[in-house]
Amino acid sequence: MLHIVNKSPHQSPSLASCLRAARDGHALLLTEDAVYAATAADAAGCGLQAAARRLKVYVLQPDLEARGMVARRIEGVEPVDYAGFVDLVAQHATNQIWL
Amino acid sequence: MKKFMFLNRKAPHGTIYALESLEVVLIAATFDQDCSLVFMDDGVYQLAKGQNTKAIGSKNFSPTYRALEDYDIEKLYVERESLQARGLTEDDLMVPVAVLSAAELGELMAAQDVVLSF
Repeated sequence: MLHIVNKSPHQSPSLASCLRAARDGHALLLTEDAVYAATAADAAGCGLQAAARRLKVYVLQPDLEARGMVARRIEGVEPVDYAGFVDLVAQHATNQIWL
Repeated sequence: MKKFMFLNRKAPHGTIYALESLEVVLIAATFDQDCSLVFMDDGVYQLAKGQNTKAIGSKNFSPTYRALEDYDIEKLYVERESLQARGLTEDDLMVPVAVLSAAELGELMAAQDVVLSF
C-alpha cells in the first residue's frame, strides 16, 4: 500500500504515526512540508533514514524545489514529479493520507 | 513608535502563515514601527536559500526577505537550537541574521510592546 504524509515532522506526529503503522515493503510518499523529513539533518531524527531501509520512500520534487531543499535530499529516497505521484496512487490498491 | 515582534514558527509554502507574516511586517514598516522578526522551529526554513516555487505554482515570496532592509527592517533573529536541529547554518540563509539562544529570545520578547505570532 501507499502512505502519503504532508506535514513537517517537527510540527505534527503524522509521520511518526505513519512509520509506526507502515509495514515492510510499503511505499511512502512525502509531499509539502513533509519533504523536510527527507533532508540530511532531519532524516535521522525523525526516523526516516531507518524507515528508508524497509519502505520504498518517495519525495515530491516540486515541493523540495519550492523549499530550497533539493541538494539536501538523502540517499535512498526517490524523487518523483506530479506524474509520478499519480502513477504511485494508481499502482497501489490502498492509499492512506496521514493528514 | 511601538516595538513589534513577529514570531515566525511555520515552514513556508505548506501553510499561508509565512506569507501573511511578511504582509503584516511590511504594513508595520510603512507606519515606521520598530519591527523585529524572529524565526524559530520550522520558521527557520523560511530563510533557506534556493527556494523555487515554479513547479508548485505558488508565489515565491522568499526574495522579499532580502528586500526588508529597504524598508529599514534590519532586526532579524534566528533561534540557535532550531537552526542546529535542522542541520542549517547562517550560510544556508539568504539574509544576515543574529543567532540567539531561546533564553535571549525570551528576554527580547519581554521587551516588546506587541508580539504577533505566525
